[in-house]
Amino acid sequence: MIENFILTLTIFLPLAAGIVVLLLPSGNTRLIRMAGVAGSLVTFIVSLALYVLFDPARAGYQLVQHADWIPSLNISYLVGIDGLSLLLILLTTFLTPLALIGTWNSITVRLKEYTVMVLLLEVGMIGVFASLDLVLFYVFWEAMLIPMYFIIGIWGGQDRVYAAVKFFLFTLSGSLLMLVAILSLGYFASIVPNGHFTTNLVELYQVGASLPVNVQLWLFAAFALSFAIKVPVFPLHTWLPDAHVQAPTAGSVILAGVLLKMGTYGFIRFCLPLFPNAAIQSAPFFSVLAVIGIVYGALVAMVQTDIKKLVAYSSVSHLGFVVLGIFSLTEEGMQGAIIQMVNHGLSTGALFLLVGMIYDRTHTREIKAYGGVARLMPVYAAFLLIISLSSIGLPGLNGFVGEFLVLLGAFRSVTLQSPAYAAVAGLGVIFSAVYLLWMYQRVMLGPVREGGLYGGHKLTDLTKREIATLIPIVIFVAWIGVYPRTFLSQSALVSKRTVEYLQGVQRSAPAPLTMRAADGSMQELRSR
Amino acid sequence: MSPETILTLAAAVLLLPLADFVLLIFFNKRLPRQGDWLGTSILFAALAASVTILIVKLTAYPEETLRWTFTWVDFGTMPFFGPLSIQLGLMVDNVAAIMLVVVTIVSALVHLFSIGYMEGDVRYGRYYAYLGLFSFSMLGIVLTNNFLMMYVSWELVGLSSYLLIGHWFEKKSASDAAKKAFIVNRVGDVGMFTGILILFATFHTFSFDTIFGAIQSGQVPFGSNAWLTAAGILIFCGAVGKSAQFPLHVWLPDAMEGPTPVSALIHAATMVAAGVYLVTRTFAMMTADALMVIAYIGAITAFISATIAVAQTDIKKVLAYSTVSQLGYMVMGLGVGAYTAGFFHLTTHAMFKAGLFLGSGSVIHAMHHALHHAGDHHTDAQDIRNMGGLRRKMPITFFAFLMYTLAISGVPFTSGFLSKDEILAGTLAFGTLTGHYLIPIVGFFVAGLTAFYMFRLVILTFFGEHKDAHRFEAVHESPAVMTIPLVVFAVLSFFAFYSFNPFGASSGWFYHAVERPESVVPVAVAAANTGAFEEALHHVHGLAMLLSLLMAGLGILAAYATYYWKKIDADALAARFKPVHQFLLNKWYFDELYDATAVRGTLALARAYRWFDNTVIDGLVNGVARWTVGLTTGTKNTWEEGSLGGVFYKGVAALISVYIGWTAAAALLPPAAGIVVMAGCGLVGLAVAGLTFFLFYAGVGGFDNKIVDGLVNLTAYLAGFFGLLTRKVQTGKVQTYLAFALFGVLVFFLWFR
Repeated sequence: MIENFILTLTIFLPLAAGIVVLLLPSGNTRLIRMAGVAGSLVTFIVSLALYVLFDPARAGYQLVQHADWIPSLNISYLVGIDGLSLLLILLTTFLTPLALIGTWNSITVRLKEYTVMVLLLEVGMIGVFASLDLVLFYVFWEAMLIPMYFIIGIWGGQDRVYAAVKFFLFTLSGSLLMLVAILSLGYFASIVPNGHFTTNLVELYQVGASLPVNVQLWLFAAFALSFAIKVPVFPLHTWLPDAHVQAPTAGSVILAGVLLKMGTYGFIRFCLPLFPNAAIQSAPFFSVLAVIGIVYGALVAMVQTDIKKLVAYSSVSHLGFVVLGIFSLTEEGMQGAIIQMVNHGLSTGALFLLVGMIYDRTHTREIKAYGGVARLMPVYAAFLLIISLSSIGLPGLNGFVGEFLVLLGAFRSVTLQSPAYAAVAGLGVIFSAVYLLWMYQRVMLGPVREGGLYGGHKLTDLTKREIATLIPIVIFVAWIGVYPRTFLSQSALVSKRTVEYLQGVQRSAPAPLTMRAADGSMQELRSR
Repeated sequence: MSPETILTLAAAVLLLPLADFVLLIFFNKRLPRQGDWLGTSILFAALAASVTILIVKLTAYPEETLRWTFTWVDFGTMPFFGPLSIQLGLMVDNVAAIMLVVVTIVSALVHLFSIGYMEGDVRYGRYYAYLGLFSFSMLGIVLTNNFLMMYVSWELVGLSSYLLIGHWFEKKSASDAAKKAFIVNRVGDVGMFTGILILFATFHTFSFDTIFGAIQSGQVPFGSNAWLTAAGILIFCGAVGKSAQFPLHVWLPDAMEGPTPVSALIHAATMVAAGVYLVTRTFAMMTADALMVIAYIGAITAFISATIAVAQTDIKKVLAYSTVSQLGYMVMGLGVGAYTAGFFHLTTHAMFKAGLFLGSGSVIHAMHHALHHAGDHHTDAQDIRNMGGLRRKMPITFFAFLMYTLAISGVPFTSGFLSKDEILAGTLAFGTLTGHYLIPIVGFFVAGLTAFYMFRLVILTFFGEHKDAHRFEAVHESPAVMTIPLVVFAVLSFFAFYSFNPFGASSGWFYHAVERPESVVPVAVAAANTGAFEEALHHVHGLAMLLSLLMAGLGILAAYATYYWKKIDADALAARFKPVHQFLLNKWYFDELYDATAVRGTLALARAYRWFDNTVIDGLVNGVARWTVGLTTGTKNTWEEGSLGGVFYKGVAALISVYIGWTAAAALLPPAAGIVVMAGCGLVGLAVAGLTFFLFYAGVGGFDNKIVDGLVNLTAYLAGFFGLLTRKVQTGKVQTYLAFALFGVLVFFLWFR
């Protein structure tokens, strides 16, 4: 039956495509590009089957595939999706071909290796969103790190090595702690009566919830640190501007579009349901960080002189909304966070594409070098305006739906118990208009530069290929803005279940856990 | 006509301009005349439909409110919240029906006028497309029956305003003004949004009716009347932004950078009145305190902007400040409880102010041609000091302009007299009811000022002699597409369209159609009810009319004495009271004030954060990298090459630092700490450890890119640190497993390296 292997097929199709690309002659750049795009497009088409087969009305994981991996430790190849994973997998398979098409001519050196890296990256990303076994998740999580490291380090800008190493170090130092937590969690599963070591997520949900709160807090912290670095949550965001600015366009698109979502995905998938008491206790803490991130990211974005850096800092601000939505622990907040993940993937992905397109023409990212571009590139101006407005959260476009639901969730959150979070986050709504419209004004409006030269180059409006890259994104930007139900309904059940579960926990304090110690005697795990 | 037909017609009126926008934005280049005829005819069709709706509504269903709703999103039942589905829809009551006509008539005539005014513009087709977008969004505000659609349309009119102000975006002043308009409005909108959130969190719906019904049944947000007042004031914040009320009024005068017909449509007649419309829509839920705030904001706005208008010399700036002032009047009217009067003034003002702007457009158009003809590119075509005598060359424009000026000054037999008189009577009644006499005093004073600066404008523009005879020869009356709208608006500034009694609106159809809704708020916090207000109004009405006539007369007389008969020397007066004159000329220095505080403050904060980000956060990270590299290298570069002595020394140093850091953290950690405290202690401990290590290694080892080595040590360092810290919490076998886990970490790490 197709249901049994479709997910695996989606995960590993880009790998197969990568192998094919590897076998192609290095000289034939056109063929390599075509193969890369074809591979990712086929993956996208196959992933649409996931959408068709997925039933949003059914709770739990669907399209599950299970195979033994390390049977002695109950570690297995276990993949499956729910509404949240579905949306993020589709976002991944949607953005990857666009990133490749949009940067068709941008990469000229080591093209073959580059294409392979992007495809490998896709494998890692889809794998992360599909894994239901923690070790498998960890493997994909780390596996995705390597191609990204090379993409930044080899095809990046001037300070690419610094940026790549920083990115690598940050992510790795977080994820190592996560590994400790994963192994500890498996161990805790083995010391309950009749328990056994396992990393199966579904089994671990019960184990995690039954742990004493302070144990939960430590494990939660280990997971959360890893995810917070990835999101990135203030003050762990410092790798992001460097990585974004140095990465080649396709790298930035995927980094912003998908990789950052892995952190927020991790919070919803692992941190919240595995350690519900810890999550509730730390919700105010993370909400404060989220709100700081919203305002701080927006303000720092405002005074950047490099367009790409501006967009990078705007990510810090936007992802703050996602984190705030998650830790409001309300259904609207959660739904808002999920749709905001998709929104940010589309809008910021498109912003990086647009920045890349103009960079390809002028070879400068300095805002100062521009002005009056709208007169010379009216089509480009229209796209940039629509995407900026979507990022600003203009009603009718996607960003508004996410921000609205997140603020609503934060406002009436039982856990946070204060409208102050939403009120301060509201400042971010003002600031986003300031930095984006100011950028738009300085780059696009005003008189045309003398001789129509930018960075010494003439400007030509977008090509058909570039327009074709942007149009699908704009369609979704408008679709989500006008009729978000199509997307919200996919994740409705996940949000509902997660929130209900947490609120159920909130009402009943956890029972003390009795454990079977190594010597066989029963002892209560002391809380301190 | 059945209610369904009316609603369908209303939906058509709403959607036609949207279709217009979509068609024009994509195909304007391919249509003959870039599609101006399409937009214009669509708006005239919408106007015809709106007039039909109004007539049928007033004759067949004068009391009913027609509604149509549908479900937009259904969340099902939510924990702690109950069932939640978001209903959207349209509603047509008398207020909406009147507003429909106001919007479509101004929009249609502005479309027509623009054919002449915008002829040969670089982005002619796009201009018409944006007009369509604006009309659609504005009609959305008019027809909505809920806060969500209100907010969505609210932002969309803001967008169209942004696009149209920035129509000539090559000019820096235009793109600055567009950005300013958007951002200043956003400030108000966030307040409005928060107000809506308060209501939604309490009542689980966006629908006006349901919310008001719930308030009437005694439910208030968070069980407190103060929250109800707060919600009201926050929603009013939206109106403060959009209707350019103090302290957010600064964007509107700048918005005059847009094409003049746009100023007439958006920044005089309709969009800026949306804030007033919002207050009429939410009037029933405003508490006495909220209304008091509204009244004072309106009065302050009316006063400040009227004084500024006196000193301006740009024809559009005078009109812009006059608009702000009149909007303040409407808001003040609503705030004091003169509901019908406030909305009535919105309607009459829309006609004569749209006319004034189009009239000024006609003048500017003629001046441009004349200056162009004379080869003069330096003289400002909008400065009234460069005009004069235009009455002889542009008779239609002049007579129309004069009619509007009479109306705005509140001269009898005009529409403006009727509406302004009602507002002033309302303020006086409010004064007698509450003792807040400052409001009527401001109201009457501003009435005089208005008459003065408007006649100053007319006299300087149309009377006297023109400065430059050569230029004057080239001035011509505008073409028919431009003068027809002027005449229509002039006719609509007559009293007879609103009431057959030139000295009292209350017997006219308008006052019958628009009745003040009864407040739904708890009696304890409600303003004076309609009965009490009417009673007070009855007593002061005669006095109010006398006073308003007197003030208008004095204003006009002063203007004639100064600018026509020249009995008073304006320049000498200005020189005598130089500080005052400068203060008014510079618009009370609001822009300077905001620039020095909000703008510079935000930018300074942003720069401080940027510094913090680059220096502190990044510096910390790079510092850690440096220490860890130093840990192994000493003078050598890599792990393999590192001297055994160096490694040993650093290892010991690291252990000692970790131990010291750990002790510090442990000493700080209180029992039963939450995650925040734990994390805080952990950070302090890390910092202490890092500092210690730095002391060991100050000056040794430089930054190196081969950080992979550093990574090993960073990991060991962190793992060791956390391992130690964990030990405090865990007892028994757990730490053994943690040790295993750490080993696992290293194995995994080596594999992935």
